[in-house]
Amino acid sequence: MRFIFKTDYDQDIRLAKHGGQVFWYTALLALLLAAPWIVPEYWLAQLTFVLIYGIVGLGLMLLAGFTGQFSMGHAAFLGVGAYTQGVLTNLGLPFPIAMLCAAGLAASVGIVVGLPALRLKGIYLGIATLAFGFIVEEVFARWEKLTGGNAGMHVKAPEIFGWKVDSSEGFYFVCLVTAVLVTLGVLNLLRSSTGRAFVAIRDSEISAQSMGIHLARYKTLSFALSAALAGLGGALYAHKLQFLSPDQFSIIQSIDLLLLVVIGGLGSVHGAFLGAIFLIAMPQIIAIVKDYLPAAIGQAPGLQAVVYGAVLILFVLFEPLGLYGRWLKIRTWLQLFPFYRKGMFKRQKSFQKSDRLK
Amino acid sequence: MQFLQLVISGIAQGCIYGLIALGFVLIYKATETVSFAQGELMMLGAFCGLAGLTMLGFPFWLTVIASIAAMALMGVVTERVVIRPILGQPAFSIVMLTIGLGYVGRGLITMIPGIGTETHTLPVPYKDVAWNVGGLVLSAEQVVIIAVTALLCLGLYAMFKYSKLGIAMQASSQNQLAAYYMGIPVKRLNGLVWGLAAAVAAIAGLLLAPITFVHANMGFIGLKAFPAAVVGGFGSLPGAIVGGLIIGIVESLSGFYLPEGFKDIAAYVVVLIMLMVKPNGLFGEKLRKKV
Repeated sequence: MRFIFKTDYDQDIRLAKHGGQVFWYTALLALLLAAPWIVPEYWLAQLTFVLIYGIVGLGLMLLAGFTGQFSMGHAAFLGVGAYTQGVLTNLGLPFPIAMLCAAGLAASVGIVVGLPALRLKGIYLGIATLAFGFIVEEVFARWEKLTGGNAGMHVKAPEIFGWKVDSSEGFYFVCLVTAVLVTLGVLNLLRSSTGRAFVAIRDSEISAQSMGIHLARYKTLSFALSAALAGLGGALYAHKLQFLSPDQFSIIQSIDLLLLVVIGGLGSVHGAFLGAIFLIAMPQIIAIVKDYLPAAIGQAPGLQAVVYGAVLILFVLFEPLGLYGRWLKIRTWLQLFPFYRKGMFKRQKSFQKSDRLK
Repeated sequence: MQFLQLVISGIAQGCIYGLIALGFVLIYKATETVSFAQGELMMLGAFCGLAGLTMLGFPFWLTVIASIAAMALMGVVTERVVIRPILGQPAFSIVMLTIGLGYVGRGLITMIPGIGTETHTLPVPYKDVAWNVGGLVLSAEQVVIIAVTALLCLGLYAMFKYSKLGIAMQASSQNQLAAYYMGIPVKRLNGLVWGLAAAVAAIAGLLLAPITFVHANMGFIGLKAFPAAVVGGFGSLPGAIVGGLIIGIVESLSGFYLPEGFKDIAAYVVVLIMLMVKPNGLFGEKLRKKV
C-alpha cells in the first residue's frame, strides 16, 4: 500500500502523482516508440487506428464525460476534419498546417452547434446534435465539387517540404506524436480552472452558475475544443484510410464514438484510449472467435451488431464506470486488501423529477 | 390537386412517425427515459406480422392481434430484465442501453438465415386497392394508416382520461415518488408502459410494412420519429402525433418542390429550427430546477 504525504499544494495538480506513475507511463511510451520494430505490420496499422480513435474519443470525453453535454452527431466533426484535410493536402499544403486548419474549421463548426446547446439540455441536445449530424452527412454527399459526393475522394499521403510520409511506420509516429501532445494538452486543461469549470457544469449547472462560472462561455468552449479534437482525429483518419466517402461519417460512426466513451469509462482520460482499444480490437476478436462457432451463428451477418449491443447492455448494467472503472476497482481492491467494501463505488440514485434537472 | 395529393401522402407517412413518436413519449412520460430502440421494436412488430401471415398462415385479423400481443409481452419482459435494474441512474445510461437493445434486435433479425438479409412484402388483404375521389387517388394503405392512427389516439386519450390505469400512469409520470407513496405500483406501471409502447410500435410496423418493405433496417425510420417527438414537445401525447404530421407533410412537400436531397434532411432542419425557436416544442411543458 502506498501512502502519499502531501507537503505542497502543487502536489494536488501535478500530472504524475507518484514515482510509480512516472515509471509506468515512461515504460508505456517507450513501448509505443519501439512498436514499429516489435509488432507486425498489420497490428501496427491497428495501433494507429487506436491512436486516431483515442484522439477523437478524448474530444468526445471532454464534452460528454467532463462537461456533461452529449453529442450524438460527433461523426460530423470527424468528417469536417477529414474532408478539410483531404481537400487541403490535395491542394499541396504541408500536412501540419492542413491539420491545424482541419481542427480550426471543426472547432468553428462546433461553436455553431454549441450555440443551441446553451438553451438545450439532456435529450434535446442529443437530438439537436443528431439532426446536425444528418445534415452534415447530406452536405458531404451533395457538395460534389469539393467532396466528390458519394463516389468518394482520394487523399494524398501527408507531405511536408518535400518529405513524404508514405510508410506506415512514419505515419504511426505522426499519430503517436499527435496523440501524446493532445493527451498532455487535455490533462493540462483539466487541471486548470477551465477544466474544473467543465466538471462543475457537469455536476450541477445551477451551482456552477452561482459560483460565477459563465455557462455560455464554457459550454461553447467545450464544444469547440471537443470538435477541434474530433477534427484533428478526422485529419489523421483521412490519411490513414486515404479514401473518404460520406457514409463513413453516418450515425453509425457517431454511435460507435459514444460506445467508445461509455465502454471506456465516462469521465476519465484513460477511458478514451481503453474505449478506442475496445472499438478496434472487438471486430478482430469476433473474427477470431467466429471460426470456433457453428457456421449458422459464426457466419451470420448480424453477429457483430449482436455482440456490440450485448456488450453495451452488459456494461451499462454491470459496469457503468466502464473499463477504467473496472481497473479502478481492481486497483483499490489490491491497495486496500483486505478492507475493500462492495459499496465503495456506488452511485446515488435519483428518482424525483426535480433531482434530474441539473 | 397535386398539392393535396402530396399532403395526403405526407399525412400517411406522418402518422407512422407520430405512432413511433407516441412510443417515445409514452416511455418518456412514465419513466423519464428515452428509448432509442423504438424503431427496432417497430421492425420486430413488422417481422412478427410477416411470420404470422406467411409462415404460420394465420388469417389477417389473428396475425394483427398476435403480433401486437407478442410485442407487448416483449416490451414488458424487456423492461423487467434490462431497464428496471438501472432505473434511477443518469438518463444517458438508459439511452446507451436502449441503443444496445436496438443493435441486438437488428442483429438478431439479420442473423436469421434466409430471412434476415432479404426484403419482404407483407401480403395484407387491402394491398393495391385505391379509390379515386374527385381527382385524388387514395390508396387503401394510406387510408388505413390514417384511420387506425386516429382510432388509436382516441383510445389512448380515453384510457389516460377515464381509466384507473391511465390516471395512475399520469400520476406516476408527474412524480414517481409521490405516486409510490400514494400506493400506486410504479414499477409495475413502468412495465405496462413499456408493453404499451411496444404494442404501439408493433401497430406502426404493421401499418408501415405495406407501403414500404419489411427488412432488418426499417427501424432506422425511428430516427426520424425523434424530430417528430421534439417538434410536438417531448412529453405530450397529442404533440407526438401533431409533430409527426408536421414532419411527414414537410418531408413530402420538400421532396417535390425542393432540389433532390432535401427530402432526407427536411425532418432534421425542421427540428433544428424548432429547437432554436421554441426548445420545449409545441405542447411541451417547461421544467426548471427549484432550489
